[in-house]
Order: sequence, then structure tokens, then C-alpha cells
Amino acid sequence: MSDAAVMESEIRIVKDATCTFCGCVCDDMELTVEGKTITKAKNACVLGKAWFLNHHIEEHAVATIEGKPATLEEGVERAAQILANARYPIVYGLSDTTCEAQRVAVSIADWIGACVDTTTSVCHGPSGMAFQGVGEVTCTLGEVKNRADLVIFWGGNPAESHPRHWTRYSLMPKGQFVPEGRKGRTAVLVDVRKSKSAAAADIFWQIKPRKDFEVLWALRALVKGVDIDPAIEQETGISLAQMQDLVQRMKSCKFGIIFFGMGLSMTRGKHMNVEAALSLARDLNDYTRFYAKPVRGHGNVTGADNVVSWQTGYPFGVSLGRGYPRFNPGEFTTSDTLARGEADAAMIIASDPAGNFSQPAREHLKRIPYIALDPHESETTRGATVHFCTATYGINVPGTVYRMDDVPIPLRPAFDSPFPSDETVLRAIEKRVREVLRERQTN
Amino acid sequence: MDDIFILIPGRTSRQGTALNEGKLKADFIEETQTLFICPDDMARRGFVDGERIRIRSEFGQVELTCKGAKAGDLPPGLLFLPYGDPSSRLMGGETHCTGMPDSKGMDVQLEKLL
Repeated sequence: MSDAAVMESEIRIVKDATCTFCGCVCDDMELTVEGKTITKAKNACVLGKAWFLNHHIEEHAVATIEGKPATLEEGVERAAQILANARYPIVYGLSDTTCEAQRVAVSIADWIGACVDTTTSVCHGPSGMAFQGVGEVTCTLGEVKNRADLVIFWGGNPAESHPRHWTRYSLMPKGQFVPEGRKGRTAVLVDVRKSKSAAAADIFWQIKPRKDFEVLWALRALVKGVDIDPAIEQETGISLAQMQDLVQRMKSCKFGIIFFGMGLSMTRGKHMNVEAALSLARDLNDYTRFYAKPVRGHGNVTGADNVVSWQTGYPFGVSLGRGYPRFNPGEFTTSDTLARGEADAAMIIASDPAGNFSQPAREHLKRIPYIALDPHESETTRGATVHFCTATYGINVPGTVYRMDDVPIPLRPAFDSPFPSDETVLRAIEKRVREVLRERQTN
Repeated sequence: MDDIFILIPGRTSRQGTALNEGKLKADFIEETQTLFICPDDMARRGFVDGERIRIRSEFGQVELTCKGAKAGDLPPGLLFLPYGDPSSRLMGGETHCTGMPDSKGMDVQLEKLL
């Protein structure tokens, strides 16, 4: 048997591997690896198991140009020409790749004067605007685990979207100052529907759709001792007595937190809804320790916020077209630059705007040349002028990701991929873009 | 056809696990094309589980399979659709200076496919 065949057949255990499916970024995985397949993912949740066990090295050319197989070098050349010749290019995605790759993507955007934007803009982008508006009283999930005795989930369904959030960080674990674990915490869920998360909550509020702001603002008023008309129940679905009870619990807890989901940031009102939640948490610090944190989705979307922030000063929706960064959600965010038909070229990293953007944005994306980097086939890769099939971060590629509470976590890959990493492809594109720009200057 | 419903797209376990198998695979497509409706609304509109219906917003329309939600999960007038290509096709391009189109709480109408 050859050395390669022995390697293929041997069983290895990878300890403390990191799952990058969701923003929990659980780094206590124990993976059983047989050749190029992960056969067990101990400690993983249902989503994590699907992430690891469905990972296969697909038969695919490393690059395709207009759907035809090409070499990496040919793909890089075409990509560099598209980007260097564009007048209003955009760089988008970035939440499912390493910080090291994100950094190179921002650098390319800087060289070509692009708008750089991440999937944050269609996720918790409005929350990012709210942080700038009213500030964020923040903490780590470790502090929640060790201290929180009142945990409120608002506009989210963690049982299905972030299954280990409860068991690892926020509800179940025994903490230093919460020695009883779940029994020592009160869990509240606020949502417009009775999701699977409701069964785990001590208190469940089913509020009327689009009334989050009103309920949050009423709670703020009650915290400050302002009288509220009992008719608020007809408006919001929540009675004054229920609100008074929760306010009492919030004021008297030792450490409270509101984890808010996209039920706030994606519903009409968006950043104003989030500002209301953040303001409520801030107000409660007159009485106790209280925090508010977004529950983030993609594995490294928080890393994207951090990397774009430390490179440009802003977290998303940044234009580098004038040679210096300008931040303006609604103007430089990708949904807008596509839907308004402004962008004339795009580079999309680890994202699928052709499958999840609005119809006008999708239609414009079809009209312009664009480059897609993604390990898997999607509507976006199918329509790309140049598609690079890349290795999967966390499973094949090492690097750094940020957990949803802004804690950086290292990746411990399970096995190598025949495909290059996003970072490798992006570095090659950056090098060639700089050469093309330099040649243009000298001519 | 005249009723205005409020649509909430969101994540489900199956949507998440099927996503890992591939967005172009049957499981993901089936999950993201299943619209959950309050049982009272199902009865009132004469819909039965598995029936194909058309859902229309101000910005787009898609055809979906309808399914009665578990009693008490959805109040009358509220619909739930797992995130995916169909839910996104109902969004408009306007982001109200946030970068984010209205993606939850969309006004929609339902129509039985003949």
C-alpha cells in the first residue's frame, strides 16, 4: 500500500476543532477523520453535524471562466482584468471565510476603489447602525455563562438557528456565580410566533407583528417610572401587568442580557428597533448590570465586521472610491448598489446574493461581470464570469474567526483540500491587480 | 385573494441541515418552498396540506406548497416560510437607507393554484 493510500485509510482524531457553521463558533469539537471524510463530530449540534458530515471534496475544476474549466492562473488573470477595468466595482460577502482572507479582500477593494460590504448588511447591519447611534453595553458569552440570571431572547429562534447557544453559553451551563445552571436563570422569549424555542422559556411573549419597538419603548418608560395606558395590550398583544412583571425582574436581577435576533433588524424600523433594545439595556444599568447583544448568523460574520472596521474604520457598506473610506448604509451597501444598477463589476466571496437578494439586485448582478469564490455550487457561482472553487475554512483551512461576542478563535482543520484557500486566490488576484494598475500608470 | 397576510421568513433546523447538503439539492428546495399557515386560516381559505398556492407581495410572486402550522404556533394572519430563494424573491430593493430590505413582516396575499 502506498503512503498516500495509508494516509487515506487511517483514522485520525482532531480535538478542539472549531465549527464555523453559525456565530456560536463552538471550539470543542472532536472530529473523527477517515481519509478525506469526517465520520463523527462529537459535541456538535444538529447543524454542526450536518456541516461536518456533509463535507466532501467535490469533483470540480479549480476555476471556471464563463462555465468552462480553466487553470487557476487563467482565472486569476480574468478576475484581475475585470476588477482593474471596472469603474464602480463592489467586493461583497466575506462572512464565511477566515479573517486572513477578509483582510486581503479589503486590500483589493482599496486598490481598485471598490465598495466593500459584507453579509452583515443584510443581517445585523441595522444593529451596527444602532451601535453607532446609542452605543452597546456589551460583554462576552463567558460572562453570560458565569453571571447571567435573567436571559431574554428577542426576535430569534435559537433552538433552531443556534442550538448550542443555550447549552454552552446562556441557559444551561453552571457558571461561577450561577452554580445551579438552568435553575439559577430565568429565560424569557419574545417573538411574533411560538417557535420551537418557546418550550424552553420560563416566560413567553407572543407579540403582535411589527410591534417590537412599541413594546421595547413601553418597557423603557416603565423602567423610568412613566405611566403606561393599559390599552397598550390591544396595540402590542402584551398586557401592562406582563410588562410590569418583566420590568421588576429586569431591575432586580444581578446580571441581565437581551439577545436580539433578526426579528428586530429585518423588520420595518430595523435600526430603530435595535436602538430601542440597546437603550433599554443601557437604562437598566441605573439599577443593575444589564447588556444587549446580537445573535449573529454566519461563522465569521463578526470577523468580517472586525476586519473591515480595523482596515477602513467602518464595519460594512464602505466606499473606497475616492481613495479614503466613506461609510453610508443605503448608498454603499450591496443590496443598494446592485438594485439601483450602479455596480459594473463584483467580487463575491463565500456568499450567494444571486440566491438571497431582492429581485432587482439579482437582475443587475446577472448583467455585470463578476467573480465568485465558493467551495460549493450556488446560483451565484453558476452565473459567475469567473468561479474559483476554494477549500472550506475550518475543515480544510486554518486561520482565525470571531465568535459572535467578538472573541477571536483559531481554526484547527481536519484534512487538506486539493483546492486553494480563499486567501491564496485573493492574494494572487491582488498581486495581478496591482501589476495591471502599475502597467496602466506607466503607459 | 383579498386577505392581507404578514409573512415572516426565518430559519428552521431542516433549512440549516439541508443547507449543508447543498442549496440546489431537493431537501433544501422542498423546505424553503413550504409555507406554514395558521390552521384557522387554512380552513377559512379552503387550503389543504400539500396544496400548491401562489404567494404575492408588492415586489414579486412565487409558488409554494402550503402546510398547516401546529396549533398555537402561528396566530391568524401570520405566515412562516423557511429562508431561501423563494422568500427572497418577495423582497423589494428599497432598504430605507439601511442596506437591508424589509425581509420580515412583509405584506402578502395568497391564491390557490387551480
